[in-house]
Amino acid sequence: MRILRAIFSHPSGRIGGAIVLVYLLVALAGAVGLTPHDPLMQYRIDRLQAPTSSYWMGTDLFGRDVMSRLMKGVGQSFTVAFFSVALATLAGTVLGLTAAWYGGRWDTLLMRFMDVLLAFPAILLALLIVTIIGPGTWTSVAAISIVYTPIFTRVVRGPALSLKARDFVDAARTFGSSRTYILTRHLLLNLVAPLTVQVTLALAWALLTEAGLSFLGLGTQPPASSLGLMLSDARNLMEQAPWLLAFPAVAIMLSILGFNLLGDALRDILDPKTRRA
Amino acid sequence: MSYVIRRLRAFPLVLIGVSIIVFIAIRLVPGDSITAMLGTEAGLLTPQQRDSLAVYFGIDQPWPVQYWRWFTGLFSGDLGISVTYGKPVLTVILERFPLTLELALLAMLIALSIGVPAGVFAATRNERPADLGVRVAAMIGQSTPSFVVGLVIIYILSAGFGVLPTMGAFTPIWQDPLQNLGQMILPAITLGCAFASSVTRVTRSAMLDVLSDDYVRTARSKGTPERQVIWRHALPNALVPVVTLSGIEFGYLLGGAVIVEQIYALPGLGRMVLEAILQRDYALVQGAVLFIALNFMIVNLLVDLAYAALDPRIRLEGR
Repeated sequence: MRILRAIFSHPSGRIGGAIVLVYLLVALAGAVGLTPHDPLMQYRIDRLQAPTSSYWMGTDLFGRDVMSRLMKGVGQSFTVAFFSVALATLAGTVLGLTAAWYGGRWDTLLMRFMDVLLAFPAILLALLIVTIIGPGTWTSVAAISIVYTPIFTRVVRGPALSLKARDFVDAARTFGSSRTYILTRHLLLNLVAPLTVQVTLALAWALLTEAGLSFLGLGTQPPASSLGLMLSDARNLMEQAPWLLAFPAVAIMLSILGFNLLGDALRDILDPKTRRA
Repeated sequence: MSYVIRRLRAFPLVLIGVSIIVFIAIRLVPGDSITAMLGTEAGLLTPQQRDSLAVYFGIDQPWPVQYWRWFTGLFSGDLGISVTYGKPVLTVILERFPLTLELALLAMLIALSIGVPAGVFAATRNERPADLGVRVAAMIGQSTPSFVVGLVIIYILSAGFGVLPTMGAFTPIWQDPLQNLGQMILPAITLGCAFASSVTRVTRSAMLDVLSDDYVRTARSKGTPERQVIWRHALPNALVPVVTLSGIEFGYLLGGAVIVEQIYALPGLGRMVLEAILQRDYALVQGAVLFIALNFMIVNLLVDLAYAALDPRIRLEGR
């Protein structure tokens, strides 16, 4: 509750939080089918219509309602972003915690492997993974989570190392607390703040990467809709039908902006040391 | 100097790791490269022809043998032969690299020449409307994917002025610098937008930190003119994190900006890798990804070393 109040009283937290909330509602509505039209229905007579009262954001080349497709697409992008960041967070936390706790050879081996993964530019690594498994929604999830796992591993390992050396961990050990208890209670709970910040910012990157992959035709496959795919389709039609470009472009931008603003606010609130970075 | 030595020692290890991952990854891609190269005509090959092609491209051997051949070949600059281009991989890469390098340099130039002044401007007007304006602009810039910027630029040009950016026939800079610049400027701006935004944000926050330092207060109380305090005393120290950020971003850009190259149909490294992956051109993907990762690692190493040189705390303490 305190954190919600803090977000609300932080200017960029308020705006970012509001944007994210609206998107979540839109994504939910899109997911359960509460769209003005069927996103796959082709109203052939109404092809390439500019925004009207029945098609608020116009129609595309096949006469499909842009707004319905956009809502579905937002749901799609958010699904990919949430699952991939959740996986990366889980994997990164487990790897980072064990690296810090066991140290020694395991730590060296693991961190070297993470260095190797970090030596690839993100989009390139994602491309490689997509090519191996074949394009699709869950491939994007896998690719994006693999790309971001090393970052989470590092974010967890550093602070975990210094926490491990703290007196209260020694005390817990002397009391005979189990390893799992110390790892989850004493280390993980203290890492929640930096992780929350990282998760929020990673969601923004994941949305960006998902949009990029589907823009290149390697993410969500047609006829399903995704924001990147809609933009890619709009490329050849943008002079006749600028609404095909405008709405998805604004939708992508605002979603990333929302998470960036929220992440900044959370960093200010939870992590005063790196404020204003 | 132990930090520097440790960084240098890890370098070859990471590089070997990268080469192994690339090697295995490309072989996990379903389909074989001969079919991908010849398309439907592959069906016309007799098994003997197929085998001899496989021998020619060295893909008839077991993986460890292939890897060892490839790895030892690296030291003599032999990265194998590209199936799609029928040329040595290194030649193909080096043909594409100048464009990517030029694009990355131009984007960085744009980013720094906008980002640093904007960051300083905002920091010196902390929490005033001008600062807020710069911050909002930078935040929006950072949240806009490059392909959105690219498409919007193309739309404005074509709908507003009836011109389209030249696509297809690309002129290298040594043939006709002016025409080359004309082709490169839009992609560079497209890439520079988000880059400039992050430079602005980092410059601003670093300047704010430095401006509250004691030595700046000393300079001010000595009566040093404000302009000199900002540009001579504060900015050089505030630039340390900007150097890091620019280096890392530059390293990414050297990997080829796949999406922007795709939008503007530029024959750069990124697009080449994308095509090579789709064509299952094993040798080319392997070589190019390794080349890109190597660039990225070298730039990161240089950034770390520069950082250590600029900040004695890192150099002495190590990590």
